[in-house]
Parts: sequence; structure tokens; C-alpha cells
Amino acid sequence: MAHKTINIKLKVWRQKDAKSKGAFETYELKNISVDSSFLEMLDVLNEKLVSENKEPIAYDHDCREGICGMCSLFINGRAHGPDDLITTCQLHMRKFSDGETIVIEPWRVGSFPVIKDLMVDRTAYEKIMQAGGFVSVSTGGVPDANAIPIPKEDADEAMDAAACIGCGACVATCKNSSAMLFVAAKVSQLALLPQGKVEASRRAKNMIAKMDELGFGNCSNTGACEMECPKGISLAHIARLNREFLTANIKS
Amino acid sequence: MTKLDSKVPKGKLKDKWSNYKAHQNLVNPANKRKIDVIVVGTGLAGGAAAASLAEMGFKVKAFCYQDSPRRAHSIAAQGGINAAKNYPNDGDTIYRLFYDTIKGGDYRSREANVYRLAEVSNAIIDQAVAQGVPFAREYSGYLDNRSFGGALVSRTFYARGQTGQQLLLGAYSALSRQIGLGNVEMHNRTELMDIVIVDGKARGIVTRNLITGEIKSHFGHAVVLATGGYGNVFYLSTNAMGSNGSAVWKAYKRGAFFANPAFVQIHPTCIPRHGEFQSKLTLMSESLRNDGRIWVPKKKEDAEAIRAGKMRPEDIPDEDRDFYLERRYPAFGNLVPRDVASRAAKERTDNGFGIEKNESGEGVYLDFKYAIERLGKDVIEARYGNLFQMYEKITDENPYETPMRIYPTIHYTMGGLWVDYELQSTIPGLFVTGEANFSDHGANRLGASALMQGLADGYFVLPYTIQNYLAYEITNPRKNPAELEEFKKAEEGVKSQINRLMSVKGNKSADYYHRELGKILWDKVGMARNEKGLKEAIEEIKALRKEFWENLHIPGNTNTVNPELEKANRVADFLELGELMAYDALSRNESCGGHFREEYATEEGEAMRRDDEYMYVAAWEYKGDDKEPELHKEPLEYEEIEVKTRNYKTA
Ligand SMILES: Cc1cc2nc3c(=O)[nH]c(=O)nc-3n(C[C@H](O)[C@H](O)[C@H](O)COP(=O)(O)OP(=O)(O)OC[C@H]3O[C@@H](n4cnc5c(N)ncnc54)[C@H](O)[C@@H]3O)c2cc1C
Ligand code: SF4
Ligand code: FES
Repeated sequence: MAHKTINIKLKVWRQKDAKSKGAFETYELKNISVDSSFLEMLDVLNEKLVSENKEPIAYDHDCREGICGMCSLFINGRAHGPDDLITTCQLHMRKFSDGETIVIEPWRVGSFPVIKDLMVDRTAYEKIMQAGGFVSVSTGGVPDANAIPIPKEDADEAMDAAACIGCGACVATCKNSSAMLFVAAKVSQLALLPQGKVEASRRAKNMIAKMDELGFGNCSNTGACEMECPKGISLAHIARLNREFLTANIKS
Repeated sequence: MTKLDSKVPKGKLKDKWSNYKAHQNLVNPANKRKIDVIVVGTGLAGGAAAASLAEMGFKVKAFCYQDSPRRAHSIAAQGGINAAKNYPNDGDTIYRLFYDTIKGGDYRSREANVYRLAEVSNAIIDQAVAQGVPFAREYSGYLDNRSFGGALVSRTFYARGQTGQQLLLGAYSALSRQIGLGNVEMHNRTELMDIVIVDGKARGIVTRNLITGEIKSHFGHAVVLATGGYGNVFYLSTNAMGSNGSAVWKAYKRGAFFANPAFVQIHPTCIPRHGEFQSKLTLMSESLRNDGRIWVPKKKEDAEAIRAGKMRPEDIPDEDRDFYLERRYPAFGNLVPRDVASRAAKERTDNGFGIEKNESGEGVYLDFKYAIERLGKDVIEARYGNLFQMYEKITDENPYETPMRIYPTIHYTMGGLWVDYELQSTIPGLFVTGEANFSDHGANRLGASALMQGLADGYFVLPYTIQNYLAYEITNPRKNPAELEEFKKAEEGVKSQINRLMSVKGNKSADYYHRELGKILWDKVGMARNEKGLKEAIEEIKALRKEFWENLHIPGNTNTVNPELEKANRVADFLELGELMAYDALSRNESCGGHFREEYATEEGEAMRRDDEYMYVAAWEYKGDDKEPELHKEPLEYEEIEVKTRNYKTA
């Protein structure tokens, strides 16, 4: 049985490196199977470019199943494209129609500079994590895993927050380029668990200080981040982060 | 022939690890600061090791090719992690976990290593909980367990369908803390290009910065490889796109023996491929086999009608469905181990009963209709909702209404660099952990045991055993690689390899060769192998490799982001590794675990092990390009358990 295919036009952001100025380039692709994923469509384009001795489009990806957080891309004005609760690598071509023009851009955030084409540098996220995104425990010498019972509801809510894949869509979507949802997800996860509760306010303070230092904007509670987050991280976690942050400020 | 010394400590199996720890050499705190340890790979195995070593006071340099350690392939593990906690009180013990792992591996793993793995398994769960890993819990507040294939107890801990993610984020948080404290120097987006040996010992590595193309040397008193499995040699697999065999391959070419390269695991439940440009395959968790029933049409004409799109699976009445696993293996039914389930699917589709509407004609059904009738849709949704959603996003079909289409695919590599009890390879000072080594899973790995092994190696085994080596290194001062001839030579070698690749200037992409290699391996070194096919595969791979070096095309430059160059580098290594796999498969004239030789099967088509001649680890030594590798054997001796034929037909 023949698969359904479509013809599309792509407007893709091309940028040589961090210092160069970028611009859109237009490409046409024919007979793309609607069952292929968005990134497989880009593979087809790249293979074509290679065969024409042109440089393929650089973009980040690895797991291709929505869990590593490596893929990014702003597609037709939306982080991770026109489908909800998925990453770019999980997007499939059946979401597009025959003859459609698809615009592909990198995350446009000052704190995530473009490396090349659609690749950006998210090292700033690493630094925020290094500033406090952990429980200060070393290997060994910890109690039995069942020593402290944790209410199922708390464990479940911690898991909701822990589902963050660190992709950066929230920052890319936020008009202030704030990393609040990302920071909140970690602070909230650990604050919900007795193991992380001990350092909760210190953690909130350190991570927020680092976020500010790295030039991310303030949170104005618009909620756009929640809408575009592929893992459905809820704004409620920002509220918990604010509480921990407040406690930290009162204490100091 | 070199004798392989596994360095298994003396004494009773259950005392070996405590005896070892009691008598091994340790490095004192003041000296640890003077010792550099290189850790390549920061997935579960490498991330846990890097963090633990840094906490102990060593200076660690860690490397990964992604933009963050949090993105290592370990992140994709879904189902869970085993431990012998016996929280459900169903009779689990360290011995039972050890026994199941040896049996599941079809008696081709080293007893002492596997026992130690089972022994430290419980500490992993304690450690993860202390880090804030949100494992699933019951209403009592205590940890929940589920069951997995190949076991009669519930010993699998899980965090929704994202256990690997949560465990990796735990290790990553510990690693981040050490990076922040300045104890780990982290190099992201950096790929290992070679290992440097000085006076017979591993002394460092040469890397390429994937952004700037810079080639750089790094000195270490010891080198740890935790670079994961090489399943991507088949092109299509469940591994992440960047997963590669290059680091272990470079080590092999520098003298580390490669053990059991032919032992690869084919996972029975993956979404079948849809077309030529498919880039990877997606796993559907093994847990689905708890409630789904696997079948194909009984009548060939029904299968043909389905493939032609003239019939739907729902139209086939129960009496015309062949539940072939239940038919062949009444005791375990749909829950037989992975290798058995995969081969049974292949047997049906080879005989014309496959259901995919494409050239391959592969594919079988995994049907939830019966479970929904029995338990209700809500229960099934609560158990597998996220997996069903993932399936629907990919296939545009609703598995609540129509059966899932599945087919086996490459998932995991049991083979890897040979290591002794201390996880040290045949190169002194080169240690190997996680999926990159061969040590614990024999010829077949049980579900939820890879996460266990990676973290056992990383948190609790390597940080001890490596000190037995480093204790002798304290008198060697830290060196500047620029002053060592060996590093300069290795750098030149790397640069000339890159130039060689760039200057082929042919007209085919690296992906083209990778796909071709994948086809050869899948057809001839895949689920079923035979002498003729393996010999053909060796010749075909040689020819393909030759063509690669004559006709490869890489656009762009070497001093910038160049994904085509990265791929070509990895494919060049895969083209050699694939051949070694075929050699190994050819030399093992028996069927065991994931290695199935058609000549060695019972009349009913079941695997036939030949313990008298093949109860050994095959460790291959590199002898030079275009020379045949040399086989070394580590005999396997079982003191504590009785070696039996696996039987999943009767309980
Ligand atoms: C889809 C899927 C589901 C799975 N589910 C389960 C499960 O439920 N339970 C279970 O126990 N197991 C599961 N497994 C298996 C398990 O996830 C892996 O075996 C395990 O995570 C491997 O961990 P690792 O640390 O050895 O390697 P990886 O996590 O693969 O890490 C490799 C590291 O090495 C780095 N690296 C690789 N090559 C280079 C290079 N050349 N230069 C520099 N750095 C390099 C990478 O950047 C990465 O940091 C699953 C596997 C898959 C594919
Ligand atoms: S909060 Fe959501 S959008 Fe932001 S980094 Fe995490 S997963 Fe991505
Ligand atoms: S490639 Fe891993 S989340 Fe998209």
C-alpha cells in the first residue's frame, strides 16, 4: 500500500556561527511521507543538501523519543511545533498539509546563544543546576529506602515536576526569557520530598540568584511557558518556588 | 596465547566482595587530590562514577558528546530497575536475583561479578531515594514494585514509565554538585577520538570539540570508559542517534580485548519501521506483555489481506488468530524472555504470517482487547496510558481500539570490552563500566538489569576497585600531555584520520553506508545466523568498507560543527566492528541467549547450547588492519549453581 505523501516548502534559519548574522533560506521538498517524523523530514533535506555538496542544516537531537531534551526548534512560531505535549522529535508530518510553508527557527533567547543554524548553547541551564539543583548527599552512608514513608500524593507530584527534560522551550516561549518554570520544576520536586526539604529554601535562593546572574528575565506570570512545555510542567510549581524563595529571604 | 586473568577473589561466593574490600589498596585523602581520573561518558555508569570519585577527593575530568550529561542515552530507559530488597515479601533474596540473572544470561556470564551485582543492588535504591528520585509509591507511603520477564518475584522499582530518566537525573544532580564545587571538570559536546598508552598503561585521551573542531589531549592517571552500547551498528535500533561504538573500538585497537561482540539483544516489542528514511525505532515497554496478547492470523490469506489493506485485524475472529507464544510456551506464554519472544515473531513472519503493509511484510499484533474486556479501559489506561499515547503519536492509531503493531529490533549489547573482577580491561589503567563492558549479562540481559548494572558499577564497584590500581600511581606526578611524545603522536593520528575522511570526496553520505551495513548485519548477523550467511557478511562488510573509503562524501569543514564528519567517524568504526561481530558469531557453534545459530537448534526450533565446548567468554584481540583477530577464551566455572537448559514451556 502506498503511503500518503505531501509536498512542502521550508523556510529555515541558517547562521554560520555565533558571531555571524543569520538569514532564512527556502527549500522545497517533494513526496514526504506523512508517517515520517519532523526530524526524519529534515534528514531527507540534509541528505539532499549533502548530495548537492551543500552544508546540511545543523540541529540538535539524540533520543528521538521525547525524553533527552536535546531537540529544540521553533516551528511556525511555536516551540516544538503545532502539537501539544510533545517535543519536536515526536512531531509527525501528518500535522502538516500538502503545499504548506513551514518556518523553522532556533530558540531565540539571549542566554542561549545560537551555535550554528538551529543549534543553541544551553550551558546556562547547566550552571543553574550546579548552583543548587541537587540534594547535598554523597554516595554511601544513606538510610534504607523505605526508612521514610512519603505520601503517595507527594511522590506523584514530585514526579510530575521531575518530568522536566531541560529543553528550554519555556524560556524560548516566555516574552521575558525567564527560566522560572525550569527552576521551579527542580525546586518543587525536591521540596516535596523529605530528602530535599532540608535544603529547600537555600536551594531556591541559590538557583534563582544564578538564573538572574545569567541574564534570564523575571517571571510575570503570563503562563505561556506552561502552554508550550512538552512535559506539561504546571505553573503551580512556580508558586511553590516562590514560597521557598520567600522563606529563604525571611531567614536571611 | 595470553592468559586472561579474571582476578576473581578467593573464598566463598558470598564473601568474595567483602573480602576484596577488606584487603584492597586504598588511596589516602591527601594523595587523592594529586590523582586525575578521566571518565568518558556520563550516563548512569559514568555519571555515577564521576560524581562518586569526585566526592572521594579525586580530580575528575568527564566527557560526553551531548550538550549536557543529563541527556545520555540512559535517560530513555522506561521500565525499571531491579533490586533484591524483598519489600513485597515474595521470597526474593540476593541469591535469587543472582540466579535469575545467570540463568537469564543463558550461563554465559561470570559468576562472581553477577553475585556482586546482586549484592550491591539494594544500596542503589537507597542512594537514589536519598537523592530525591521520585520512585512510585503505594498509599502506605512505601515503595512500590512491579514484575518483569524472566522472574517469579516482583523486584522492579520504577518511576512511572521514566525510570532511566529519573535515575540519570539523580546521578546528574550529584555530578552537577561536584562540577559546581570544582571537583569535576566537565567537557560537554566533546568526543573521544583515541586513547593514549604510555609505557603500557592508559594515560589519557585525545578528544575533538564538536563545536570548534579542536583536537586536544587530556592526561589522567587512569581512564574510565562508560560510553554505552554499540547497538547502533545495525543503523536502526532503539538507541539514541548518537550512541556509538567508537570509544570501545579505539580501545580495542589499542589492545583492549573485546568480549562476546556477537551477543546483542533484540527486543520483541518495538514499533515496526515505516519506510526507507526511518531513522530509529521506538521501544514499547516490556511491561505491556503483562496484559497484551501477541498474535498473527492463523490463515495465510488473512495475513495477505491485511498486508494489502483489504482487511482489519478486528475483523478476524478469535478462532482464526494464532496466539503463537501461548501455543508454544504454555507456562510463560506472552512473558517468555526477550530472545525467545523475538525469534518466535520472526518464525511467523518468515513463514508469511506478518501483518505490516510494506515491503518488509514483518510485524505481529499486541492486542489489549482481552485485557480491556477483563479489567476495563480505565485500568489499562492507568497502567499504560503514557505508552499508548506515545504509540498513537507515532502511528496515528488508537491501541485501545485496534491492536498495536510490533516487531523485534536491536536494543542492547551484552558484548563489550573484556574486564576483570575489578572492571579493568586488558590495558592496565583502562577501566570499563556499564553497557560498554561485557561483564554481567552473559548471552541475554533480563529487563531492568542494565540500569542496575550501570549504577552498581558507577556508585559502588569502580570507585573501590580503581583505587587498587591508583594506589600505585601516587608517586607519578600529574603530567602535561604536551610534553609527552605519545600524546603528540596520537593527536597526529587523529588529525590524519580526519583528513583521510574529508579527502575521500566521493558522492555518498555516511548515512548511506551506515544503512547498508545495517542491512547486512540485520539479515546475516541478526536474530538468526548461519555459517554461510556469516561468511558472506564478512565479505560484504569488507567490500562495503572499501567502498566507504573510496566514495564517502563529507561537506563542510573540520573546524566547525560538522554532523556529517561526526557520523562518518562513527560509521568508519562500525564498519570494522560489524566484521568482528560476524567473526564472533561464526566461531560460536552453538545457540545461546541472543545468539541463535540455525544449525544448533532442536527439532522444535529451540536454541541448543553446547556447554562442553562453548562455556567460555570469547575475548578478541586486535592484530592489525586486515588481519584476523585472535580469539582468547576465559572459561566459565560455576561453583554455586547447577547449569541447566532454560525451559519456559513448563514451570
Ligand atoms: C529505549 C530503551 C529503554 C530501556 N529500558 C531499560 C529499562 O527499563 N531498564 C533497564 O535496566 N535498562 C533499560 N535499557 C538499557 C539501559 O538504558 C542502558 O543499557 C543503560 O542506560 C546504559 O547506560 P550507560 O551509562 O552504560 O551508557 P549511556 O547512558 O549510553 O551513556 C553513554 C555516555 O557516553 C558518552 N559517549 C558515548 N560515546 C562517546 C564518545 N565517543 N566520546 C565521548 N563520549 C561518548 C555519551 O555522551 C553518554 O554520556 C533501555 C534501553 C533503551 C534503548
Ligand atoms: S519546564 Fe518544560 S519547557 Fe521548560 S525546560 Fe522543562 S520540559 Fe522544557
Ligand atoms: S531528540 Fe530527545 S527529546 Fe527530542
